[in-house]
Amino acid sequence: MSERTQKRSQVADVDRSLYDFTYSEEGYERYDDGLTPEIVRAISAKKDEPEWMLNMRLAALDTYHAKEMAPNWGPSIAGLDMDHISTYVSPRTNQAKNWDDVPDDIKNTFERLGIPEAERESLAGVGAQYDSEIVYHNMREDVAKSGVVYTTIEDALHDPEWEPVVRQYFGKLIPPADHKFAALHYAVWSGGSFVYVPAGVTVDYPLQSYFRLNAEGAGQFEHTLIIVEEGADLHFIEGCSAPKYYEANLHAGAVELFVKDGARLRYSTIENWSKNMYNLNTKRARVGADAKMEWVSGSFGSHVSYLYPTTILQGDRGQCEFTGITFAGATQDLDTGCKVILNGADTTASVDTKSISKDGGCNTFRSSVVVGRKAANARATVSCQSLMLDDISRSDTIPAMDVRNATANVGHEATIGRISDDTILYLMSRGCSEAEARTMVVGGFANPVSKELPLEYAVEMNNLIKLEMEGAIG
Amino acid sequence: MSHKLLSVQGICAGTEDKPILHDVSMELDSKETHVLMGPNGAGKSTLGRVIMGDPTYDVTSGGIVFDGEDITDQAADKRSLAGIFLSYQAPVEVPGVPLYSYLRTITQKRPELKMTARKFRNRVGEIAEQLDMDSSFLTRELNVGFSGGEKKKIEMLQLLLLRPKLAILDETDSGLDVDALSVVSRGIEAYRSECDGALLIITHNTRILERLTVDRTHVMVQGRLVAEGPGSLIDDIDAHGFVQFERASEDGGAA
Repeated sequence: MSERTQKRSQVADVDRSLYDFTYSEEGYERYDDGLTPEIVRAISAKKDEPEWMLNMRLAALDTYHAKEMAPNWGPSIAGLDMDHISTYVSPRTNQAKNWDDVPDDIKNTFERLGIPEAERESLAGVGAQYDSEIVYHNMREDVAKSGVVYTTIEDALHDPEWEPVVRQYFGKLIPPADHKFAALHYAVWSGGSFVYVPAGVTVDYPLQSYFRLNAEGAGQFEHTLIIVEEGADLHFIEGCSAPKYYEANLHAGAVELFVKDGARLRYSTIENWSKNMYNLNTKRARVGADAKMEWVSGSFGSHVSYLYPTTILQGDRGQCEFTGITFAGATQDLDTGCKVILNGADTTASVDTKSISKDGGCNTFRSSVVVGRKAANARATVSCQSLMLDDISRSDTIPAMDVRNATANVGHEATIGRISDDTILYLMSRGCSEAEARTMVVGGFANPVSKELPLEYAVEMNNLIKLEMEGAIG
Repeated sequence: MSHKLLSVQGICAGTEDKPILHDVSMELDSKETHVLMGPNGAGKSTLGRVIMGDPTYDVTSGGIVFDGEDITDQAADKRSLAGIFLSYQAPVEVPGVPLYSYLRTITQKRPELKMTARKFRNRVGEIAEQLDMDSSFLTRELNVGFSGGEKKKIEMLQLLLLRPKLAILDETDSGLDVDALSVVSRGIEAYRSECDGALLIITHNTRILERLTVDRTHVMVQGRLVAEGPGSLIDDIDAHGFVQFERASEDGGAA
């Protein structure tokens, strides 16, 4: 059995050529591996940061060294040796506003991933990060005119108008002491996005940031800070990928989302990190009264993931919808989930997740619903469906509920299923090969999630499923 | 035997722990309509599935030749592409797969059915109308949430779209109300006239056969074909039931 699995995963690796290409790091600025105050100071100095930010970094580094990992939490990350991770690798280029100014190797990378095309077609703005720095950032003029700001945190820090705003919000939703890797993130963060949507403004097209980690044995620590003011409306998309290496790579980003009263934010993610990646990412949203937070998440890559986007429904009548899918193949152990804290009255949360496991891949889904004492009539439903494609894979569901208001209504539903022989026979007897039949069933299972994605991402997700499934059949 | 469309030659088949079919032989020619009758549990559906290539059943001896080719060891998809179609008694639901794109996919598997997207759309619309199907069906997921009668219509829709050389209809009439039955009968008629197809109709009641000209009737009891005759054999069964054959089968078993 294991020999067969081995063979399968090799086939899958070959098929990932779309994402598995690398360019030389020659001429790039790469900081020494490991974590010291000197490295943190160097990163801060390079960014010419205000002193409060440097102090925050240094304090976070102390916190990182002081904090223990939670014992026995999820899949092992013993393969991650921070002494061998470079926390800062900068491509030698300045941020470009014009695509032609981006260096060729980087430009080729993003063009192969379809990034500028997507911008031309259906986006209000695009950012692209390569290793530790944003290399391209641009936004449509009409969107900029409406007062929307879409830039890097570094640039916002150098703008006297926005520096106080960053200072007001940065690290407030995810404090550096939140957990060990949050502390790490704040010590060495670099790149990411700052988005500000003024009150009442609806951004008609999505903004998109794409994160590419090209360097071997490096970490990516981007910080995304989004503020959607009262009554405003935004759809933000993030995409992530990396080529496959033998050395471990680390992604420890942080996403802080502030959704003010009456506002709506949709945050979509397609993550396809390579299978040597430790994806220890933290995402959190605070939602005001009558506001709505929508998460759409597709996770295909990484060796190990710890990912539990959290929504705090602070105001009355706030809403949270979470739609997600994870796909774990050979060598993948994905510990994901969703946490919702309902503090306001009449708040609602609806969590709908799916997981697919194959070739010995492991999926663990954790949900946590906390209903506060003041959350009268709060309603939350959590649904988790798992699909197992063979006997060597694994899928676990760990729900937790903490309900402190008697008028709340909380429900949880979990199912684990397999593809039935009858379904395969049905599709084969209409002319589909076995591989096509399985791909069709898995695609159908994922359909409720891909339906929520913009078209080009839905297409990408379906392609990823096909890639994974073809690899599985060999 | 290569001139026959389907030739089942002395098939013994069953699951790992249970033999079901015993030395079954049957021949069926192009454009012919055959009926396979027999009491519940006789093995009729198993024969249909064995001809289609359901891997649940092992063929321990005998063989199947279709259109001049030995298909005994072929997988179901190869048999489907060669022109065999099995309409299931209880078609499975496939969540998340839109019916329309599914139909497009299975049509595109067949080079002989190559057509433009527009022509395909028209063709599907045409068949849906023939079968009294609301076109809103097409945006729904494959068989999901459909009633028994609607599922049978979707089977008929695929039959008329794929134009197989042989259609095996497994209890297509079971559980249908009068209206649905008449639509399905119309579908079968259209298949015969438009596609020049051969039919093997598996049923245990004779209602669906009233409007069809049947060329041959086969009777199966306890996994054996115990009688074969012209279409008029159906009237006999209608009048006297399967008891006569069951007795014959028991005698045969004792001999």
